[in-house]
Amino acid sequence: MTRRTRVGAGAGFAGDRIDPAVRLVEQAGLDHIVFECLGERTVAAGTLRRLSDPAAGYDPLLAARLTAVLPACRSAGTTLITNSGAANPEAAGELTGRVVARTGCGPVRLGVVTGDDVLDAVRRADPVVAETGRPVSAGPEPVSAHAYLGAEPVTEALEAGAGIVVTGRVADPSLYLGALRHDLGWDDGPHLSGIGTMVGHLLECAGQLTGGYFADPVTKPVPGLARLGFPFADVTADGRVELGKLASDGGRLDRRTCAEQLLYEVGDPAAYLTPDVTADFSGVTFRETGPDTVAAGGATGRTRPDRLKVTLGYRGGWVGEGQISYAGPRCLDRARLAGEIVRERLRDVHGIPEDDVEVEFLGAGAAHRGLAAPGDPVEVRLRVAARAPDRERADLVGWEVESLYTNGPAGGGGARAGAHEQVVVRSCLLDRALVRPVVTVTEVR
Amino acid sequence: MRVDDVADVRAGDKGDTLMLAVLPRDEAGWALLREQLTGAAVRRHFGPAVTGPVDRYEVPGLPALVFRLPGALGGGVTGSLTLDGHGKALSYHLLTLELEDRGGPDGR
Repeated sequence: MTRRTRVGAGAGFAGDRIDPAVRLVEQAGLDHIVFECLGERTVAAGTLRRLSDPAAGYDPLLAARLTAVLPACRSAGTTLITNSGAANPEAAGELTGRVVARTGCGPVRLGVVTGDDVLDAVRRADPVVAETGRPVSAGPEPVSAHAYLGAEPVTEALEAGAGIVVTGRVADPSLYLGALRHDLGWDDGPHLSGIGTMVGHLLECAGQLTGGYFADPVTKPVPGLARLGFPFADVTADGRVELGKLASDGGRLDRRTCAEQLLYEVGDPAAYLTPDVTADFSGVTFRETGPDTVAAGGATGRTRPDRLKVTLGYRGGWVGEGQISYAGPRCLDRARLAGEIVRERLRDVHGIPEDDVEVEFLGAGAAHRGLAAPGDPVEVRLRVAARAPDRERADLVGWEVESLYTNGPAGGGGARAGAHEQVVVRSCLLDRALVRPVVTVTEVR
Repeated sequence: MRVDDVADVRAGDKGDTLMLAVLPRDEAGWALLREQLTGAAVRRHFGPAVTGPVDRYEVPGLPALVFRLPGALGGGVTGSLTLDGHGKALSYHLLTLELEDRGGPDGR
Protein backbone atom coordinates (compact mmCIF):
# COMPACT_ATOMS: atom_id res chain seq x y z
CA MET A 1 0.00 0.00 0.00
CA THR A 2 1.27 3.42 -0.92
CA ARG A 3 2.14 5.74 1.95
CA ARG A 4 -0.43 8.33 2.96
CA THR A 5 -0.33 11.26 5.34
CA ARG A 6 -2.94 13.67 6.72
CA VAL A 7 -2.15 17.36 7.22
CA GLY A 8 -4.57 19.80 8.77
CA ALA A 9 -4.96 23.57 8.73
CA GLY A 10 -4.83 25.07 12.21
CA ALA A 11 -4.87 28.77 11.37
CA GLY A 12 -5.07 30.91 8.25
CA PHE A 13 -3.81 34.17 9.69
CA ALA A 14 -2.39 35.59 12.89
CA GLY A 15 -5.79 36.50 14.32
CA ASP A 16 -7.57 33.27 13.38
CA ARG A 17 -9.93 31.32 15.65
CA ILE A 18 -8.39 28.73 17.95
CA ASP A 19 -11.23 26.27 18.67
CA PRO A 20 -11.46 24.76 15.14
CA ALA A 21 -7.83 23.63 15.41
CA VAL A 22 -8.48 21.94 18.76
CA ARG A 23 -11.42 19.98 17.31
CA LEU A 24 -9.37 19.02 14.25
CA VAL A 25 -6.48 17.66 16.34
CA GLU A 26 -8.80 15.83 18.72
CA GLN A 27 -10.99 14.22 16.07
CA ALA A 28 -9.31 14.10 12.66
CA GLY A 29 -6.31 11.85 13.34
CA LEU A 30 -3.83 14.31 11.87
CA ASP A 31 -0.16 13.59 11.29
CA HIS A 32 0.58 17.33 11.23
CA ILE A 33 -1.25 20.53 11.98
CA VAL A 34 0.03 23.74 10.42
CA PHE A 35 -0.57 27.22 11.81
CA GLU A 36 0.07 29.80 9.11
CA CYS A 37 0.18 33.11 10.92
CA LEU A 38 2.25 35.49 8.80
CA GLY A 39 0.91 38.01 6.34
CA GLU A 40 3.06 40.20 4.10
CA ARG A 41 3.40 42.88 6.70
CA THR A 42 3.21 40.78 9.91
CA VAL A 43 6.97 40.21 10.03
CA ALA A 44 7.71 43.90 9.55
CA ALA A 45 5.20 44.79 12.27
CA GLY A 46 6.86 42.17 14.50
CA THR A 47 10.23 43.79 13.85
CA LEU A 48 8.90 47.12 15.16
CA ARG A 49 7.70 45.39 18.35
CA ARG A 50 11.08 43.67 18.69
CA LEU A 51 12.92 46.98 18.33
CA SER A 52 11.11 48.33 21.39
CA ASP A 53 11.24 44.99 23.29
CA PRO A 54 13.98 42.46 22.33
CA ALA A 55 11.88 39.57 23.75
CA ALA A 56 8.89 40.40 21.50
CA GLY A 57 8.32 40.22 17.75
CA TYR A 58 6.57 36.84 17.47
CA ASP A 59 2.83 36.23 17.12
CA PRO A 60 1.12 37.63 20.24
CA LEU A 61 -1.43 34.76 20.13
CA LEU A 62 1.23 32.04 20.07
CA ALA A 63 1.00 31.16 23.77
CA ALA A 64 -2.81 30.96 23.68
CA ARG A 65 -2.74 28.74 20.58
CA LEU A 66 -0.10 26.37 21.94
CA THR A 67 -1.79 26.11 25.33
CA ALA A 68 -5.07 25.16 23.66
CA VAL A 69 -3.69 22.74 21.09
CA LEU A 70 -0.50 21.13 22.45
CA PRO A 71 -2.13 18.67 24.89
CA ALA A 72 -4.35 17.34 22.10
CA CYS A 73 -1.35 17.17 19.75
CA ARG A 74 0.60 15.08 22.25
CA SER A 75 -2.30 12.61 22.77
CA ALA A 76 -2.95 12.31 19.06
CA GLY A 77 0.71 12.14 18.03
CA THR A 78 0.24 15.17 15.81
CA THR A 79 3.22 17.31 14.89
CA LEU A 80 2.70 21.06 15.13
CA ILE A 81 4.27 23.36 12.53
CA THR A 82 3.95 27.14 12.59
CA ASN A 83 5.56 30.29 11.24
CA SER A 84 4.33 32.21 14.31
CA GLY A 85 7.96 32.97 15.13
CA ALA A 86 7.50 35.99 12.88
CA ALA A 87 10.34 38.45 13.56
CA ASN A 88 11.69 36.52 16.56
CA PRO A 89 11.65 32.73 16.09
CA GLU A 90 14.21 32.23 18.90
CA ALA A 91 11.99 33.98 21.46
CA ALA A 92 8.98 32.08 20.09
CA GLY A 93 10.96 28.87 20.63
CA GLU A 94 11.71 29.81 24.23
CA LEU A 95 8.06 30.62 24.82
CA THR A 96 7.09 27.27 23.28
CA GLY A 97 9.44 25.53 25.72
CA ARG A 98 7.74 27.27 28.63
CA VAL A 99 4.27 26.28 27.39
CA VAL A 100 5.42 22.67 26.96
CA ALA A 101 6.65 22.66 30.57
CA ARG A 102 3.56 24.35 31.94
CA THR A 103 1.12 22.05 30.14
CA GLY A 104 3.13 18.90 30.88
CA CYS A 105 3.41 18.12 27.19
CA GLY A 106 7.10 17.18 27.26
CA PRO A 107 9.45 15.75 26.54
CA VAL A 108 9.27 16.77 22.91
CA ARG A 109 11.84 17.80 20.34
CA LEU A 110 11.45 21.42 19.29
CA GLY A 111 12.78 22.68 16.00
CA VAL A 112 13.41 26.39 15.53
CA VAL A 113 14.08 27.71 12.03
CA THR A 114 15.99 30.95 11.59
CA GLY A 115 17.99 32.51 8.78
CA ASP A 116 15.11 34.37 7.16
CA ASP A 117 16.37 37.68 8.59
CA VAL A 118 18.53 38.89 5.68
CA LEU A 119 18.86 42.59 6.48
CA ASP A 120 22.67 42.46 6.43
CA ALA A 121 22.75 40.51 3.17
CA VAL A 122 20.32 42.96 1.58
CA ARG A 123 22.47 45.92 2.61
CA ARG A 124 25.53 44.28 1.05
CA ALA A 125 23.87 43.05 -2.16
CA ASP A 126 21.74 46.21 -2.53
CA PRO A 127 19.10 44.67 -4.86
CA VAL A 128 16.46 46.66 -6.73
CA VAL A 129 13.21 47.35 -4.88
CA ALA A 130 10.39 45.96 -7.03
CA GLU A 131 7.94 48.79 -6.32
CA THR A 132 10.37 51.67 -6.98
CA GLY A 133 12.80 50.22 -9.53
CA ARG A 134 15.70 51.68 -7.53
CA PRO A 135 18.30 49.99 -5.33
CA VAL A 136 17.53 49.55 -1.64
CA SER A 137 20.28 52.05 -0.75
CA ALA A 138 18.56 54.77 -2.82
CA GLY A 139 15.50 54.73 -0.58
CA PRO A 140 14.85 55.08 3.13
CA GLU A 141 16.57 52.69 5.52
CA PRO A 142 14.56 49.44 5.89
CA VAL A 143 13.99 48.27 9.47
CA SER A 144 13.57 44.67 8.39
CA ALA A 145 14.30 42.32 5.51
CA HIS A 146 12.97 38.78 5.61
CA ALA A 147 13.49 36.21 2.88
CA TYR A 148 10.77 33.68 2.14
CA LEU A 149 12.35 30.37 3.12
CA GLY A 150 11.15 27.16 1.49
CA ALA A 151 10.22 23.68 2.64
CA GLU A 152 13.76 22.38 3.29
CA PRO A 153 14.22 23.62 6.88
CA VAL A 154 10.79 22.27 7.87
CA THR A 155 11.66 18.85 6.45
CA GLU A 156 15.06 19.00 8.14
CA ALA A 157 13.52 19.73 11.54
CA LEU A 158 11.03 16.86 11.17
CA GLU A 159 13.85 14.53 10.09
CA ALA A 160 15.64 15.43 13.30
CA GLY A 161 12.60 14.20 15.20
CA ALA A 162 10.92 17.53 15.95
CA GLY A 163 7.37 17.29 17.29
CA ILE A 164 7.02 21.07 17.16
CA VAL A 165 8.52 23.29 14.47
CA VAL A 166 8.56 27.07 14.93
CA THR A 167 9.75 29.27 12.08
CA GLY A 168 9.88 32.87 11.00
CA ARG A 169 9.25 33.81 7.38
CA VAL A 170 8.75 30.44 5.73
CA ALA A 171 6.44 30.70 2.71
CA ASP A 172 2.89 29.64 3.58
CA PRO A 173 2.59 26.57 1.32
CA SER A 174 6.17 25.52 2.13
CA LEU A 175 5.15 24.77 5.73
CA TYR A 176 2.87 22.06 4.31
CA LEU A 177 5.23 20.90 1.56
CA GLY A 178 7.98 20.41 4.15
CA ALA A 179 5.76 18.00 6.08
CA LEU A 180 4.67 16.14 2.93
CA ARG A 181 8.26 15.67 1.75
CA HIS A 182 9.19 14.25 5.14
CA ASP A 183 6.26 11.86 5.47
CA LEU A 184 6.02 10.70 1.88
CA GLY A 185 9.72 10.56 1.05
CA TRP A 186 9.29 13.13 -1.72
CA ASP A 187 12.32 14.61 -3.46
CA ASP A 188 12.49 18.31 -4.26
CA GLY A 189 11.64 17.82 -7.94
CA PRO A 190 9.15 20.22 -9.52
CA HIS A 191 6.24 17.84 -10.15
CA LEU A 192 5.72 16.64 -6.59
CA SER A 193 6.61 20.09 -5.27
CA GLY A 194 3.87 21.52 -7.49
CA ILE A 195 1.36 19.06 -6.03
CA GLY A 196 2.48 19.73 -2.46
CA THR A 197 2.37 23.46 -3.08
CA MET A 198 -1.20 23.15 -4.32
CA VAL A 199 -2.08 21.29 -1.10
CA GLY A 200 -0.38 23.96 0.98
CA HIS A 201 -1.99 26.77 -0.95
CA LEU A 202 -5.47 25.26 -0.54
CA LEU A 203 -5.00 24.74 3.21
CA GLU A 204 -2.95 27.80 4.17
CA CYS A 205 -5.98 30.03 4.72
CA ALA A 206 -7.74 27.39 6.81
CA GLY A 207 -11.47 28.26 6.88
CA GLN A 208 -11.29 29.93 3.47
CA LEU A 209 -11.40 26.44 1.93
CA THR A 210 -14.47 25.36 3.86
CA GLY A 211 -16.77 28.30 3.22
CA GLY A 212 -15.15 31.19 5.04
CA TYR A 213 -14.65 34.27 2.84
CA PHE A 214 -16.86 32.40 0.36
CA ALA A 215 -20.25 32.64 2.00
CA ASP A 216 -22.98 34.77 0.47
CA PRO A 217 -26.40 34.04 1.96
CA VAL A 218 -28.07 34.28 -1.47
CA THR A 219 -25.62 32.91 -4.04
CA LYS A 220 -23.34 30.77 -1.88
CA PRO A 221 -24.96 29.82 1.44
CA VAL A 222 -22.70 28.10 3.98
CA PRO A 223 -24.14 26.33 7.03
CA GLY A 224 -22.69 26.77 10.51
CA LEU A 225 -20.15 29.57 9.97
CA ALA A 226 -20.04 30.22 13.74
CA ARG A 227 -18.60 26.70 14.07
CA LEU A 228 -16.70 26.73 10.79
CA GLY A 229 -14.52 23.64 10.49
CA PHE A 230 -10.97 23.88 9.19
CA PRO A 231 -9.86 21.54 6.38
CA PHE A 232 -7.35 18.73 6.14
CA ALA A 233 -5.79 16.88 3.21
CA ASP A 234 -4.94 13.25 2.69
CA VAL A 235 -1.95 12.98 0.40
CA THR A 236 -0.37 9.79 -0.94
CA ALA A 237 3.23 9.20 -1.93
CA ASP A 238 2.20 8.97 -5.59
CA GLY A 239 0.64 12.44 -5.41
CA ARG A 240 -3.08 11.78 -4.98
CA VAL A 241 -4.86 14.42 -2.92
CA GLU A 242 -8.20 14.32 -1.13
CA LEU A 243 -9.51 17.25 0.92
CA GLY A 244 -11.88 16.87 3.84
CA LYS A 245 -13.33 18.39 6.99
CA LEU A 246 -15.00 17.07 10.14
CA ALA A 247 -18.64 16.21 9.50
CA SER A 248 -19.62 17.61 12.90
CA ASP A 249 -18.17 21.06 12.14
CA GLY A 250 -19.88 23.83 10.19
CA GLY A 251 -18.92 24.93 6.72
CA ARG A 252 -18.97 23.31 3.30
CA LEU A 253 -16.26 21.78 1.16
CA ASP A 254 -16.97 21.24 -2.51
CA ARG A 255 -15.73 22.05 -6.01
CA ARG A 256 -16.80 25.68 -5.72
CA THR A 257 -15.08 26.39 -2.41
CA CYS A 258 -11.94 24.64 -3.66
CA ALA A 259 -11.88 26.46 -7.00
CA GLU A 260 -12.14 29.85 -5.30
CA GLN A 261 -9.39 29.12 -2.82
CA LEU A 262 -7.06 27.67 -5.46
CA LEU A 263 -7.07 31.06 -7.20
CA TYR A 264 -6.85 33.18 -4.05
CA GLU A 265 -3.97 35.66 -4.35
CA VAL A 266 -2.78 33.88 -7.48
CA GLY A 267 -1.76 35.99 -10.47
CA ASP A 268 -0.72 33.75 -13.36
CA PRO A 269 -2.18 30.33 -12.43
CA ALA A 270 0.52 28.63 -14.55
CA ALA A 271 3.37 30.31 -12.65
CA TYR A 272 2.72 30.54 -8.92
CA LEU A 273 6.17 31.28 -7.54
CA THR A 274 7.31 29.90 -4.20
CA PRO A 275 10.83 29.25 -2.90
CA ASP A 276 10.33 25.56 -3.77
CA VAL A 277 8.88 25.54 -7.26
CA THR A 278 7.19 27.46 -10.05
CA ALA A 279 3.85 25.82 -9.41
CA ASP A 280 1.44 25.33 -12.28
CA PHE A 281 -2.23 25.27 -11.23
CA SER A 282 -3.60 25.88 -14.74
CA GLY A 283 -4.61 22.23 -15.21
CA VAL A 284 -6.08 21.63 -11.77
CA THR A 285 -9.47 19.95 -11.50
CA PHE A 286 -11.64 19.10 -8.49
CA ARG A 287 -13.99 16.12 -8.15
CA GLU A 288 -16.49 15.64 -5.34
CA THR A 289 -15.94 12.12 -4.00
CA GLY A 290 -18.26 12.23 -0.99
CA PRO A 291 -19.93 14.60 1.43
CA ASP A 292 -17.45 17.44 2.12
CA THR A 293 -14.79 15.41 0.35
CA VAL A 294 -13.02 16.61 -2.78
CA ALA A 295 -10.25 15.02 -4.84
CA ALA A 296 -7.79 17.48 -6.37
CA GLY A 297 -5.59 16.67 -9.37
CA GLY A 298 -3.70 18.20 -12.24
CA ALA A 299 -1.16 20.33 -10.38
CA THR A 300 2.44 20.26 -11.47
CA GLY A 301 5.45 22.54 -11.48
CA ARG A 302 8.63 23.73 -13.11
CA THR A 303 12.05 24.71 -11.84
CA ARG A 304 12.10 26.81 -8.68
CA PRO A 305 13.15 30.48 -8.96
CA ASP A 306 16.87 31.22 -8.61
CA ARG A 307 16.21 34.17 -6.37
CA LEU A 308 14.11 34.39 -3.21
CA LYS A 309 11.52 37.05 -2.55
CA VAL A 310 12.40 39.32 0.36
CA THR A 311 9.93 41.51 2.21
CA LEU A 312 11.40 44.85 3.23
CA GLY A 313 9.79 46.67 6.14
CA TYR A 314 9.89 50.45 6.60
CA ARG A 315 8.64 52.73 9.29
CA GLY A 316 5.66 54.41 7.69
CA GLY A 317 4.92 57.00 10.32
CA TRP A 318 1.49 57.19 11.87
CA VAL A 319 -2.06 57.19 10.57
CA GLY A 320 -4.71 59.11 12.47
CA GLU A 321 -8.36 58.47 11.84
CA GLY A 322 -11.78 59.76 12.83
CA GLN A 323 -15.32 58.72 11.94
CA ILE A 324 -18.75 60.27 12.48
CA SER A 325 -22.27 59.35 11.26
CA TYR A 326 -25.02 61.35 9.57
CA ALA A 327 -28.49 59.98 8.76
CA GLY A 328 -31.77 60.89 7.16
CA PRO A 329 -32.51 63.65 4.63
CA ARG A 330 -29.38 65.16 3.03
CA CYS A 331 -27.08 62.95 5.13
CA LEU A 332 -24.56 62.65 2.29
CA ASP A 333 -24.56 66.44 1.78
CA ARG A 334 -23.92 66.98 5.47
CA ALA A 335 -21.18 64.34 5.54
CA ARG A 336 -19.50 65.99 2.54
CA LEU A 337 -19.62 69.36 4.26
CA ALA A 338 -18.14 67.79 7.37
CA GLY A 339 -15.35 66.26 5.30
CA GLU A 340 -14.52 69.63 3.74
CA ILE A 341 -14.37 71.25 7.15
CA VAL A 342 -11.95 68.65 8.51
CA ARG A 343 -9.78 68.81 5.38
CA GLU A 344 -9.57 72.61 5.69
CA ARG A 345 -8.80 72.49 9.41
CA LEU A 346 -6.09 69.85 8.97
CA ARG A 347 -4.48 71.94 6.21
CA ASP A 348 -4.82 75.47 7.55
CA VAL A 349 -4.70 74.99 11.31
CA HIS A 350 -2.43 71.96 11.62
CA GLY A 351 -0.36 72.06 8.43
CA ILE A 352 -1.20 68.54 7.27
CA PRO A 353 -0.98 68.56 3.45
CA GLU A 354 -4.12 67.57 1.52
CA ASP A 355 -2.21 64.80 -0.24
CA ASP A 356 -1.80 63.06 3.12
CA VAL A 357 -5.54 63.14 3.85
CA GLU A 358 -8.16 60.65 2.66
CA VAL A 359 -11.88 61.39 3.05
CA GLU A 360 -14.35 58.54 2.57
CA PHE A 361 -18.13 58.27 2.83
CA LEU A 362 -18.90 54.82 4.19
CA GLY A 363 -22.28 53.62 3.02
CA ALA A 364 -22.16 55.85 -0.03
CA GLY A 365 -19.80 53.87 -2.22
CA ALA A 366 -16.45 54.25 -0.42
CA ALA A 367 -15.66 50.57 -0.69
CA HIS A 368 -16.12 50.79 -4.45
CA ARG A 369 -13.86 53.84 -4.65
CA GLY A 370 -16.74 55.99 -5.90
CA LEU A 371 -17.21 53.81 -8.99
CA ALA A 372 -20.88 53.20 -8.17
CA ALA A 373 -23.38 56.03 -7.72
CA PRO A 374 -24.12 56.48 -4.02
CA GLY A 375 -27.89 56.82 -4.55
CA ASP A 376 -29.75 58.20 -1.56
CA PRO A 377 -28.34 56.46 1.50
CA VAL A 378 -30.33 56.18 4.74
CA GLU A 379 -27.16 56.96 6.63
CA VAL A 380 -23.54 57.65 5.84
CA ARG A 381 -20.41 57.55 7.93
CA LEU A 382 -17.67 60.08 7.27
CA ARG A 383 -14.17 58.66 7.66
CA VAL A 384 -11.10 60.87 7.56
CA ALA A 385 -7.64 59.32 7.68
CA ALA A 386 -4.30 61.12 7.39
CA ARG A 387 -0.62 60.34 7.55
CA ALA A 388 1.41 62.02 10.27
CA PRO A 389 5.01 61.74 11.42
CA ASP A 390 4.16 60.95 15.03
CA ARG A 391 1.39 59.93 17.40
CA GLU A 392 0.71 63.46 18.57
CA ARG A 393 0.08 64.77 15.05
CA ALA A 394 -1.92 61.66 14.11
CA ASP A 395 -4.27 62.26 17.04
CA LEU A 396 -5.21 65.64 15.52
CA VAL A 397 -7.25 63.87 12.83
CA GLY A 398 -9.65 62.15 15.22
CA TRP A 399 -9.79 65.28 17.33
CA GLU A 400 -10.89 67.39 14.37
CA VAL A 401 -13.59 64.85 13.51
CA GLU A 402 -14.87 64.73 17.09
CA SER A 403 -14.97 68.52 17.26
CA LEU A 404 -17.58 68.42 14.48
CA TYR A 405 -20.08 67.53 17.21
CA THR A 406 -20.42 71.18 18.20
CA ASN A 407 -18.79 72.94 15.23
CA GLY A 408 -20.04 71.03 12.20
CA PRO A 409 -23.21 70.02 10.35
CA ALA A 410 -26.41 69.04 12.12
CA GLY A 411 -27.03 65.56 13.42
CA GLY A 412 -23.48 64.24 13.59
CA GLY A 413 -23.29 61.27 15.96
CA GLY A 414 -21.19 58.33 17.10
CA ALA A 415 -17.78 59.93 16.56
CA ARG A 416 -14.76 57.71 17.10
CA ALA A 417 -11.06 58.48 16.90
CA GLY A 418 -7.90 56.39 16.69
CA ALA A 419 -4.29 56.29 15.57
CA HIS A 420 -1.83 53.53 14.74
CA GLU A 421 1.76 53.22 13.67
CA GLN A 422 2.14 52.26 10.04
CA VAL A 423 4.53 49.72 8.59
CA VAL A 424 5.14 49.93 4.87
CA VAL A 425 6.37 46.83 3.06
CA ARG A 426 8.19 46.60 -0.23
CA SER A 427 9.90 43.64 -1.85
CA CYS A 428 13.09 42.68 -3.61
CA LEU A 429 14.79 39.51 -4.81
CA LEU A 430 17.93 37.99 -3.34
CA ASP A 431 20.16 35.25 -4.75
CA ARG A 432 19.24 32.12 -2.81
CA ALA A 433 22.93 31.38 -2.15
CA LEU A 434 22.93 34.43 0.13
CA VAL A 435 20.14 32.99 2.29
CA ARG A 436 21.07 30.22 4.73
CA PRO A 437 18.27 28.66 6.77
CA VAL A 438 19.38 27.41 10.19
CA VAL A 439 17.55 24.59 11.98
CA THR A 440 18.09 24.13 15.71
CA VAL A 441 16.47 21.12 17.34
CA THR A 442 16.48 20.70 21.12
CA GLU A 443 14.56 18.59 23.57
CA VAL A 444 12.18 20.48 25.84
CA ARG A 445 10.38 18.96 28.81
CA MET B 1 -27.73 40.75 -17.16
CA ARG B 2 -24.81 41.25 -14.84
CA VAL B 3 -21.80 39.12 -13.95
CA ASP B 4 -23.58 38.58 -10.61
CA ASP B 5 -26.23 36.53 -12.43
CA VAL B 6 -23.78 33.93 -13.72
CA ALA B 7 -20.63 33.99 -11.58
CA ASP B 8 -18.92 34.46 -8.23
CA VAL B 9 -15.85 36.58 -7.52
CA ARG B 10 -12.99 36.20 -5.05
CA ALA B 11 -10.45 38.90 -4.29
CA GLY B 12 -6.82 38.46 -3.36
CA ASP B 13 -4.06 41.03 -3.07
CA LYS B 14 -0.32 41.20 -3.67
CA GLY B 15 1.20 44.57 -2.96
CA ASP B 16 -0.76 47.18 -4.87
CA THR B 17 -2.31 44.70 -7.31
CA LEU B 18 -5.84 43.38 -6.86
CA MET B 19 -6.36 39.84 -8.10
CA LEU B 20 -9.90 38.85 -9.00
CA ALA B 21 -10.92 35.27 -9.73
CA VAL B 22 -14.26 34.99 -11.49
CA LEU B 23 -15.98 31.62 -11.33
CA PRO B 24 -19.04 30.90 -13.48
CA ARG B 25 -21.80 28.78 -12.00
CA ASP B 26 -22.48 26.72 -15.13
CA GLU B 27 -21.36 26.04 -18.70
CA ALA B 28 -23.51 28.80 -20.21
CA GLY B 29 -22.01 31.28 -17.77
CA TRP B 30 -18.51 30.10 -18.67
CA ALA B 31 -19.14 30.63 -22.39
CA LEU B 32 -20.53 34.10 -21.73
CA LEU B 33 -17.65 35.17 -19.49
CA ARG B 34 -15.00 33.76 -21.75
CA GLU B 35 -16.32 35.77 -24.65
CA GLN B 36 -17.35 39.03 -23.00
CA LEU B 37 -15.37 39.45 -19.79
CA THR B 38 -12.11 40.57 -21.36
CA GLY B 39 -9.28 42.31 -19.57
CA ALA B 40 -10.26 45.51 -21.40
CA ALA B 41 -13.87 45.22 -20.21
CA VAL B 42 -12.72 44.79 -16.61
CA ARG B 43 -10.35 47.73 -16.94
CA ARG B 44 -13.16 49.93 -18.28
CA HIS B 45 -15.45 48.87 -15.43
CA PHE B 46 -12.88 49.80 -12.78
CA GLY B 47 -12.00 53.04 -14.56
CA PRO B 48 -9.59 55.32 -12.69
CA ALA B 49 -9.20 52.77 -9.88
CA VAL B 50 -6.82 50.81 -12.16
CA THR B 51 -3.50 52.25 -13.33
CA GLY B 52 -2.59 49.93 -16.20
CA PRO B 53 -3.66 47.08 -18.48
CA VAL B 54 -5.62 44.27 -16.83
CA ASP B 55 -4.17 40.81 -17.54
CA ARG B 56 -6.57 37.88 -17.91
CA TYR B 57 -5.78 34.20 -17.39
CA GLU B 58 -7.99 31.18 -18.07
CA VAL B 59 -8.26 28.05 -15.92
CA PRO B 60 -10.60 25.86 -17.99
CA GLY B 61 -10.59 22.85 -15.64
CA LEU B 62 -12.37 24.70 -12.84
CA PRO B 63 -13.49 26.74 -14.88
CA ALA B 64 -12.45 30.28 -13.97
CA LEU B 65 -10.91 33.50 -15.20
CA VAL B 66 -8.26 35.39 -13.23
CA PHE B 67 -7.66 39.13 -13.60
CA ARG B 68 -4.77 41.24 -12.31
CA LEU B 69 -5.73 44.87 -11.65
CA PRO B 70 -2.59 46.99 -11.15
CA GLY B 71 -2.73 49.95 -8.80
CA ALA B 72 -6.25 49.16 -7.61
CA LEU B 73 -5.32 49.16 -3.93
CA GLY B 74 -4.16 52.74 -3.58
CA GLY B 75 -0.70 51.87 -2.31
CA GLY B 76 -1.36 48.35 -1.06
CA VAL B 77 -2.34 47.10 2.37
CA THR B 78 0.26 49.14 4.19
CA GLY B 79 0.59 52.19 2.02
CA SER B 80 -3.10 52.95 1.60
CA LEU B 81 -5.25 55.25 3.69
CA THR B 82 -8.52 53.73 2.50
CA LEU B 83 -10.49 51.59 4.93
CA ASP B 84 -10.46 48.43 2.81
CA GLY B 85 -6.82 48.45 1.72
CA HIS B 86 -7.09 44.80 0.65
CA GLY B 87 -9.82 45.59 -1.88
CA LYS B 88 -11.90 42.72 -0.56
CA ALA B 89 -15.11 44.76 -0.53
CA LEU B 90 -14.09 46.34 -3.83
CA SER B 91 -14.14 42.90 -5.48
CA TYR B 92 -17.94 42.78 -5.53
CA HIS B 93 -17.94 45.79 -7.87
CA LEU B 94 -17.00 43.36 -10.65
CA LEU B 95 -20.34 41.58 -10.21
CA THR B 96 -22.14 44.74 -11.36
CA LEU B 97 -20.50 44.65 -14.79
CA GLU B 98 -23.21 44.34 -17.45
CA LEU B 99 -23.07 41.43 -19.89
CA GLU B 100 -24.97 41.08 -23.11
CA ASP B 101 -27.51 38.28 -22.73
CA ARG B 102 -27.73 36.49 -26.09
CA GLY B 103 -29.97 33.70 -24.85
CA GLY B 104 -28.57 30.32 -23.92
CA PRO B 105 -29.59 26.89 -25.26
CA ASP B 106 -32.34 26.77 -22.61
CA GLY B 107 -33.88 29.88 -24.12
CA ARG B 108 -33.02 32.25 -21.30
